[in-house]
Amino acid sequence: MARTLFDKIWDAHVVRDLGDGWALLHVDRHLLHDLSGPPALAEVAQRGLPLHDPQLVFATPDHAVSSQPGRVASTFALGGRLHGALKRGTAAAGVKLFDLGQPGQGIVHVMGPELGIVLPGLTVICGDSHTCTNGGLGALAFGVGSSESTHALATQTLRQHKPRRMRIRCDGRLADGVTAKDLALHLIGRFGAAAGVGHAIEYAGEAVRALDVEGRLTLCNLAVELGARFGLVAPDERTIEWLRGRPYAPPSGEAFDAAAAHWRTLVGDEEAVFDREESVDAAAVPPTVTWGTSPQDAIAIDAAVPDPAAAPDEGTRGAVAAALDYMGLAPGAAIAGTPVDWVFIGSCANSRLSDLRAAADVARGRRVAAGVTAWVVPGSENVRRAAEAEGLHRVFEAAGFAWREPGCSMCVAANGEQVPPRARCISTSNRNFVGRQGPGARTHLASPAMAAAAAVTGCITDVRRLA
Amino acid sequence: MTMQPFTQVTGPAVPLMRANIDTDVIIRIERLTALPKDQLGPYALEALRFRADGSEAPDCVLNQPAFRGAPILLAADNFGCGSSREGAVWALMGIGVRCVIAPSFGDIFFSNCLQNGVLPIRLPLPQVEALAAQCADGAAMTVDLQACTLTAPDGRRTAFEIDPLRREALLHGLDDIGLTLKDDALIRRWQQQDRLRRPWAWPA
Repeated sequence: MARTLFDKIWDAHVVRDLGDGWALLHVDRHLLHDLSGPPALAEVAQRGLPLHDPQLVFATPDHAVSSQPGRVASTFALGGRLHGALKRGTAAAGVKLFDLGQPGQGIVHVMGPELGIVLPGLTVICGDSHTCTNGGLGALAFGVGSSESTHALATQTLRQHKPRRMRIRCDGRLADGVTAKDLALHLIGRFGAAAGVGHAIEYAGEAVRALDVEGRLTLCNLAVELGARFGLVAPDERTIEWLRGRPYAPPSGEAFDAAAAHWRTLVGDEEAVFDREESVDAAAVPPTVTWGTSPQDAIAIDAAVPDPAAAPDEGTRGAVAAALDYMGLAPGAAIAGTPVDWVFIGSCANSRLSDLRAAADVARGRRVAAGVTAWVVPGSENVRRAAEAEGLHRVFEAAGFAWREPGCSMCVAANGEQVPPRARCISTSNRNFVGRQGPGARTHLASPAMAAAAAVTGCITDVRRLA
Repeated sequence: MTMQPFTQVTGPAVPLMRANIDTDVIIRIERLTALPKDQLGPYALEALRFRADGSEAPDCVLNQPAFRGAPILLAADNFGCGSSREGAVWALMGIGVRCVIAPSFGDIFFSNCLQNGVLPIRLPLPQVEALAAQCADGAAMTVDLQACTLTAPDGRRTAFEIDPLRREALLHGLDDIGLTLKDDALIRRWQQQDRLRRPWAWPA
């Protein structure tokens, strides 16, 4: 029977068929961070169980570490406690930790692919919903809670129900100034935040093939904002070349070639049937920004925010009104021109070298507008060093952006770095939920170039108008 | 840690009929960094339950006397979307919730409920809305996992579906890790074969 790529990778990892669509699934890589790692490690230790395969587990602090220049573990005191627990827990269990200041430290979903820990065709889990990011390499990657993380540490498997399969075809090419982030936000705006619930999403089509690997990671990062636990892009020659020479990828030569030969087989069958198929014209996707408190509140940069009076039903009317009230926006107002107080460039969605280059291209020779606080938080220590080697930090600093240390920072605000109440932030992260960046904080999601454009103009701006 | 078994629950069902209630709203991240899992209840859904000055929001349904400690939560589409934080389930348990009924759930939240003996039930929106209308004054309804039925305050019974494996685990409070370790020989054999099949997948 014809199978999708998702089916093929899933089937290859079934240790035991548990019936009714359930499987005992092997976990090839398990990533731990400072927030979800320590409780899972503590739980296995408390049960007196050893880690089943510590060499398949990798850890790094990212969520609760300060991004302040010169930071140490205790710069954010609560985070220091979690960092200490992660350090002790991984040492006791024999798990490799990429610690602060070391190459390899960074946001889990940035450092995993960057180091070649994540590879095409692997199953990858982490106690973090954005684990779907890794699907951009062709890995079957998904977020889990603490209990499932504990289960995987003790058994190197998970009991999982196979999701339904969904494909989103993106035909044509993205226009100039339009990025993977705009495409991802556009898809969520179009299909809704619940469209992928119960599904694994495979992204396909010309626009996806044309994305570089980092763009594919961004696209898959937001699969969970479409409701799907998995996002997936079939690996190709671009993926293979991107992985060559990465420290945890198979070494160049015979080992790498054998792996690459396997990765080339990772394509879905032509005749495979998806449970749900959608398609979009990628060429028509505009720079996209969110106006409300769900990622599905995404609109074109030249559009207006909705008016509750025009809502089709009472439920929607109430939801739109509540979101506008929280966001401090007038019904029907143009989104472009909305003044911003904060700019955050970072997060597992957009903190890789290509993201920082795109933002720096806009910042170069310009100045952050008066009254705007703009931060750039690189996704990993390696990204930070590579960006500094290119002089990107100088570009940002000359323009008035703060250049900070790698971590999740203001995307999730678990490290005390919050957008103040009622302040408006344009952010390259992936969630604009109520209170996400701090109690009362107002978040507009956008691409790195759009965030940089807002920083230098002081308001939400179509980056194409700056060119 | 053994899971609390779930057999039958009777009590008020609090209607929180808004789509896409995310786990950030269910429990704020800084509560998770600061507090142990059994002390999250006071902060469950705090953005809805409390005003900026910390006082209770009087118009929030969760603050109505009839619904305090309600064991059943009625919700709209995509309840528990967003972050994988299991603390969202612990926080709801902390205010007494044992069962959530909604048209759809965030996938990870759904799994996390099952790991903690909280029963997530999928039911079409009109049915959830009908229950919400009947339960609006705090009248009790019953969720019976043995029979897989819901009994509305008017006595009308509706069947619901749940995966048989999950039902079994919930009814008996079964521990997944214990079950899986019974298959450890199988796991190790799979790994041995995989090392031959995909040597590149195993870090040196």
